[in-house]
Amino acid sequence: MNTALSHPLTRPALALYGVNVPSRLLLGTALYPSPKVMADAVKAASAGVVTVSVRREAARANSGAGFFELIRGLNVRVMPNTAGCRTPREAIATAHMARELFGTDWVKLEVIGNDDTLQPDLFGLVEAARALVADGFKVFPYTTEDLIAAERLRQAGCEVLMPWAAPIGTGRGLANPYALRSLRTYFPDTPLIIDAGIGAPSHAAAAMEMGFDAVLLNTAVARAADPVRMAAAFRAAIEAGRSAFEAGLMEMRDTATPSTPVAGTPFFGLDRS
Amino acid sequence: MELKVFVNGEPTLTSAATLAELVAQFGFAEAGVATALNGDFVPRTARQARRLVGDDQVEIVSPRQGG
Repeated sequence: MNTALSHPLTRPALALYGVNVPSRLLLGTALYPSPKVMADAVKAASAGVVTVSVRREAARANSGAGFFELIRGLNVRVMPNTAGCRTPREAIATAHMARELFGTDWVKLEVIGNDDTLQPDLFGLVEAARALVADGFKVFPYTTEDLIAAERLRQAGCEVLMPWAAPIGTGRGLANPYALRSLRTYFPDTPLIIDAGIGAPSHAAAAMEMGFDAVLLNTAVARAADPVRMAAAFRAAIEAGRSAFEAGLMEMRDTATPSTPVAGTPFFGLDRS
Repeated sequence: MELKVFVNGEPTLTSAATLAELVAQFGFAEAGVATALNGDFVPRTARQARRLVGDDQVEIVSPRQGG
């Protein structure tokens, strides 16, 4: 079976909530050595979306304005997150504040349940997603590979899911490829974006080869010795992985088979003992 | 009369009667920040109508880098 032709994910562009996104790389804007390096990395990545956040502002500082100007100048769609929120109530209020500030109803919904792993609180996540969808948000939930949570999030009205590869900032790559593959299989028509835990372009390529629709990453680029060059490397890897998926990968085999035709081999049939 | 409220977690004495006045007293651009009061979002257009009371917990946030 040619999976490239039969698989519904071979639609040409990445459509998220009805919006065509020009690139399958979504990039975070945090942790860069400077604002200029961040801006250059976003350009080198050809990022389709950049993630942003909201933070407490100091009196008379007005420090958020400069950042927002820089982001606006990049001419890329922004997706605010609810990073740091630990309850649905915090995440809901943060999403509303972000919608007003950034002028978008897209939100990367994070409800964090554990300080060490930054693992999503899936119960709080579903609750917050339901409330935000009812308030008109386009919710992109940061979730795990859990199938039931994914079903509940879909039922809550999330049209896109963002399972982790590994905990945020670890760079460990696809920690549970079997479960991620299952998730992909169970939700063939839902855009699935691998979010968090990607450390190397090869990890991103592997996710794309599995048929995931896009990759969202930050630390792997921002903390590279040369973030701009790493951004370009991720772009190439994600394009390669996507093309490989669309081309249809060969199946893995347990036994060797010669790639060079056997017929006509010199000395074939001679006693080689 | 001054009220004690908490602004971004810091105890603050203020003469502001409303959330809008508090935002202005702190020198924030009206459209440059978003606000929440006691855990609930307060839209920009509703700040003038929200009167402050003692020990109110006010959050004032602005755009920042995020992952």
